[in-house]
Amino acid sequence: MSANLNVKWDPPVRPEYEVPLTAAGVPAAGAPAAGVPGVGDDGLVAPLRRLAQAGWLRKGFLLLVIAALWETLARWTDNDLLLPGFVQTAKALIEGTVSGELPRYVGVSLSVLLQGYLAGVLGAFLLTTLAISTRIGRDLLETLTAMFNPLPAIALLPLALLWFGLGKGSLIFVLMHSVTWPLALNTYAGFRSVPETLRMAGRNYGLGKVRLVTQILVPAALPAILSGLKIGWAFAWRTLIAAELVFGTTSGKGGLGWYIFQSRNELFTDRVFAGLAAVILIGLLFENIVFQQVERLTVRRWGMQR
Amino acid sequence: MNVLPFQVVQNEPLLRARGVTIDYASERGTVRATHDVSFDVWRGDRFVLLGPSGCGKSTLLKAVGGFVAPRAGSLQLDGKPILKPGPDRIVVFQEFDQLPPWKTVKQNVMFPLLAGGTPKREAEARALVWLGKVGLAPFADAYPHTLSGGMKARVAIARALAMQPEILLMDEPFAALDALTRRRMQEELQALWEENPFTMLFVTHSIEEALVVGNRILLLSPHPGRVRAEINSHQFGLHSAGGAEFKATASRIHNLLFGAGGAAHVDEAVPAGRAVQS
Repeated sequence: MSANLNVKWDPPVRPEYEVPLTAAGVPAAGAPAAGVPGVGDDGLVAPLRRLAQAGWLRKGFLLLVIAALWETLARWTDNDLLLPGFVQTAKALIEGTVSGELPRYVGVSLSVLLQGYLAGVLGAFLLTTLAISTRIGRDLLETLTAMFNPLPAIALLPLALLWFGLGKGSLIFVLMHSVTWPLALNTYAGFRSVPETLRMAGRNYGLGKVRLVTQILVPAALPAILSGLKIGWAFAWRTLIAAELVFGTTSGKGGLGWYIFQSRNELFTDRVFAGLAAVILIGLLFENIVFQQVERLTVRRWGMQR
Repeated sequence: MNVLPFQVVQNEPLLRARGVTIDYASERGTVRATHDVSFDVWRGDRFVLLGPSGCGKSTLLKAVGGFVAPRAGSLQLDGKPILKPGPDRIVVFQEFDQLPPWKTVKQNVMFPLLAGGTPKREAEARALVWLGKVGLAPFADAYPHTLSGGMKARVAIARALAMQPEILLMDEPFAALDALTRRRMQEELQALWEENPFTMLFVTHSIEEALVVGNRILLLSPHPGRVRAEINSHQFGLHSAGGAEFKATASRIHNLLFGAGGAAHVDEAVPAGRAVQS
């Protein structure tokens, strides 16, 4: 290599040329387009390849494999009490759904969840409003989130039971705890990362404080707010099921967690599995369909998130 | 240049800056951005603030915009002191994120109009007119992230001009564009001005851009920004860039800013610049 440094490379002077522009799509002079292998002549492979590109198909295939393995394992152990098979679980799930028993439990869970979630969103809204309007509010938010964000909501349940008794109040309290902190943290971080130029543009048009928040800060921070809402929802759903498992019914009407717990007490293991499947399905439904749809219509459409 | 239907004799400058000193707080204490800067912008001016980085030209523009309060001195628009940002001084920024990404091109142009209380239908009509003038009518319903840099700059200009501000403040609006696009944007800005003259305060660090875009140039020296000279450039257009006079003025500005001749040259050049002003 060092010898090469002493060589003076002298590229040849080549003739210049210009290529006249022709109609779009027509190669000007014998460009290599035809005869490239594997472009147009695999009539059968192409559709298959396109199918393999579809992610849902690949994941669906994996799910089928897992179900088959599960079923095989269940039949091999042959113990309904410990491990009911896929078919049995599916049957329990369908029976529970048709009889209206499972939807009733799901309804109870979701109604409590929604109330707790909304209370948490309201709490986060109040906290961030304080945080963006005053400095002490900002300190308050930072201190409170630093303190309470690492605290699992379920750890507060004993205290909640002491304060609010066995009932909806305790559930809403722990749900609020699981939603408020991550949402407030995300929203506040989103507000802080709004580009200075955008804020200045808003002030430039004579927007007052309130309109600057509603018309500039909130939409600009929407990716962060949505991700906070998503995290809050995931935390709340997990917390609720766990809380229901711990103390079950509220005034005689139980939720999905209670259904799982009760089914285990009665040794209906297939129903335990059906309850777990319902937990998964509902979680998937909200996290992957509802939120994804909202994102598709807003932040992704606006190019704020990929 | 005489495209005005009739000549208006002005007695007062539109924007009057007197002894403007601006400090800003940084981690290492207060930093003086500009020191005792005075200049006048008259209606119809394409007034350029030119200087190397650190001369406080952008800070000065932000002070005119009302975003930064001067420590000393006064800034008056039409005889009234500038106290806060307002829609009579619309800013076109350099950054592409000045366009809210959640609004379409048309909604972006309508946004300040609606914020100022213009009825929706009128705002829409005006937005479409100005989008047509910058050649973006076919993209009215596109979202900003689908546009190129030059197109985003055009939207920002249309949005500013649709407001018909007293003065248009441009903060290095084309600095983030590639050379070819920048050149086209300068041409288009010129055409817009000739069609419908507006008053403009334009910040740049490019001598060529200053000469081509402006009719009057305020040269600022850095650390802190002080007035170095005021120079006429109304005689230069987009096609004089290669000419001898253009080159001579460009090198004169270069020498004023970067001091080819040293201190003696500086002392002699400043009064000469002032003489042009009076």
